[in-house]
Amino acid sequence: MKILVPIKRVADPANANKVKVSGATVTHDGLEWVMNPFDEWALETALRLTENAADKTRVGEIVVVSIGPKEAADTIREALGKGAERGILVEGSDAELDSHVVAQVLAKIVEKEQPDLVLMGKQSADGDSNVAGTKLAETLDWPILNYVSHVETADGGKTLTLKRELDVGVQTLKVTGPAVLTVSDRILKPGTVKNGVTPASFEYADLGDLNSRLSNLKNIMAARKKPLDETTIAALGVEPARVDTYVGFKLPAGRSGNTTYLESVDDLVAKLQTEAKVL
Amino acid sequence: MTDVLVVAELSLGKIRKTTLSAIAFAKTVAEGTSGEFDILVIGDGAEDAADEVTGFGARKVLTAAIEGDYRCEAYAPTVAAVGKEYGVLVACASTYGKDLMPRVAAKLGAGVASDISKVDIDGGELVYTRPMYAGNVIGSLKVTTDVQVVTVRQSEFEPAAESGGSSDTEEVDVVEADVASRVESLGIEVVQSERPDLSEADVVVSGGRSLKSAENFEKVLEPLVDALGAAMGASRAAVDAGYVPNELQVGQTGKVVAPKLYIAVGISGAIQHLAGMKGSKVIVAINKDKEAPIAQVADYFLVADLFDAVPALTAAVKKAKG
Ligand SMILES: Cc1cc2nc3c(=O)[nH]c(=O)nc-3n(C[C@H](O)[C@H](O)[C@H](O)COP(=O)(O)OP(=O)(O)OC[C@H]3O[C@@H](n4cnc5c(N)ncnc54)[C@H](O)[C@@H]3O)c2cc1C
Ligand SMILES: Nc1ncnc2c1ncn2[C@@H]1O[C@H](COP(=O)(O)O)[C@@H](O)[C@H]1O
Repeated sequence: MKILVPIKRVADPANANKVKVSGATVTHDGLEWVMNPFDEWALETALRLTENAADKTRVGEIVVVSIGPKEAADTIREALGKGAERGILVEGSDAELDSHVVAQVLAKIVEKEQPDLVLMGKQSADGDSNVAGTKLAETLDWPILNYVSHVETADGGKTLTLKRELDVGVQTLKVTGPAVLTVSDRILKPGTVKNGVTPASFEYADLGDLNSRLSNLKNIMAARKKPLDETTIAALGVEPARVDTYVGFKLPAGRSGNTTYLESVDDLVAKLQTEAKVL
Repeated sequence: MTDVLVVAELSLGKIRKTTLSAIAFAKTVAEGTSGEFDILVIGDGAEDAADEVTGFGARKVLTAAIEGDYRCEAYAPTVAAVGKEYGVLVACASTYGKDLMPRVAAKLGAGVASDISKVDIDGGELVYTRPMYAGNVIGSLKVTTDVQVVTVRQSEFEPAAESGGSSDTEEVDVVEADVASRVESLGIEVVQSERPDLSEADVVVSGGRSLKSAENFEKVLEPLVDALGAAMGASRAAVDAGYVPNELQVGQTGKVVAPKLYIAVGISGAIQHLAGMKGSKVIVAINKDKEAPIAQVADYFLVADLFDAVPALTAAVKKAKG
């Protein structure tokens, strides 16, 4: 099974409250660039679908692709260090990208690579759009399965049984691939990803607060030798024409007032009644 | 003059209240640009459900009956075929709207303003406000295509009220797509609760990892939730641990809420949790760690062990409410 995993590098979302704005640009000096955590979940899911976890062998192929400046190659290397086979960097400036352009570029890569599945994050932790995956699926005329929390593959990814998380509950589906999947928070719970190769009895450990497995030293060394192709948006024949423009950014208004610390439930009730008037 | 098409959301054959936030958006845009708005009710039971939205002042209520569970691939072609005549297509930014609308947009080559909190009309042009970076940056966005596709944040668009009158209803042709045959729904386990819906409630009480079990959510937190007539929410850690179902998650990847009163019980206040609740009017934290980051947004911070404080608060609320 071959899986394409699009990844974006973003300013460290754990420190998003340190982001600054000036006019129509967002700046984040001093913040580290990291792999979009939502994409890390997708990558880890793809790794589980393409390995025999019991004997730690790879049984499929993962190609990761990132669209961005040259430096995005570091993020691709990180994914290679975790176990992906190959990387593609599509050079382009972040300013010329929106979900429309991203979907067009990814569609070109899919045409070339012919993966069985595309696994991606549901949203970028910076733009929080939650659009590119679905637009890509429509561009390819493939199904989109957003917010997947369980996935089981058969026939090398041609048949999928999955669950996805909706506001109203959980939907179970049977899908004939190829398809685009975006993953939910729960995708990496033990027992949620099954590929028919890893023995059904195998249980992945809970990753805790990690978004995906760490790359070990051996893999980091190996990652340096793994192929990383470079191309550009123009070379793929895509016009970097955004269909939206940000005309300005600002920081959210802070909450007015200070925190009142209380020691007793009675004090809290009194405040809620007389001061906040919400009881 | 901008005409707007509202794409209604159905669940179990009924209009979800999310639809009223999309209608509120449509009214603002139609009124502000001297345009009109229509409502498309699509899905299983669309014809009956259409009656629920004829009193909101729409020019027309369109119906497209499609049997079976919702699937993006089965709905998008019809929404796009109807929608190409409009300036703006809008749905609520629920999982339904965020799943369906980008596919419709791609069919129409349209730009998407996703999860917006506000719309302004600037010389006839629409300017969308949208929270980004987990709510730490507020962007102003313009969409430059002829058709614009929008999803609106339910907590920021007050549900439209009925304005009387009765819109005419009209059936539209369902457009099919081959790709839909590749997706078969085996069912949606719809969670029904007697409590108010999380996205609409005036009071929300959320619990975190610190509650330690599903049983404690039931025994310790639920009595407080019910004493306040509140909705129950949770942190991602509590959902991940299986204490409560995923629909209760509040935050960047869960629901965004803005109730009059939000009580965070044993929740540290990670940046992704704050993204979903910092718009609440009054925020109360109950936490034994005074330094927990939830303090950044809390108006009142009860420094206490939740296992003592929550039962005591429940009793006090019951007493106060008589
Ligand atoms: C990409 C991404 C998206 C995410 N999206 C979300 C999201 O949508 N929503 C969300 O909530 N999280 C989200 N998270 C997770 C988030 O980062 C935190 O891990 C999570 O919110 C922590 O949950 P918690 O506060 O319950 O647990 P903890 O962080 O473990 O906090 C527990 C708190 O309880 C207090 N406590 C413990 N025992 C007691 C007691 N007996 N009495 C009183 N207080 C007590 C502690 O002092 C502590 O403050 C996301 C993370 C990532 C990476
Ligand atoms: N520049 C990019 N390069 C590669 N993948 C991207 C890029 N931007 C977005 N994506 C993918 O699209 C998903 C959804 O992004 P968005 O619609 O921007 O929220 C992300 O989780 C990524 O998987």
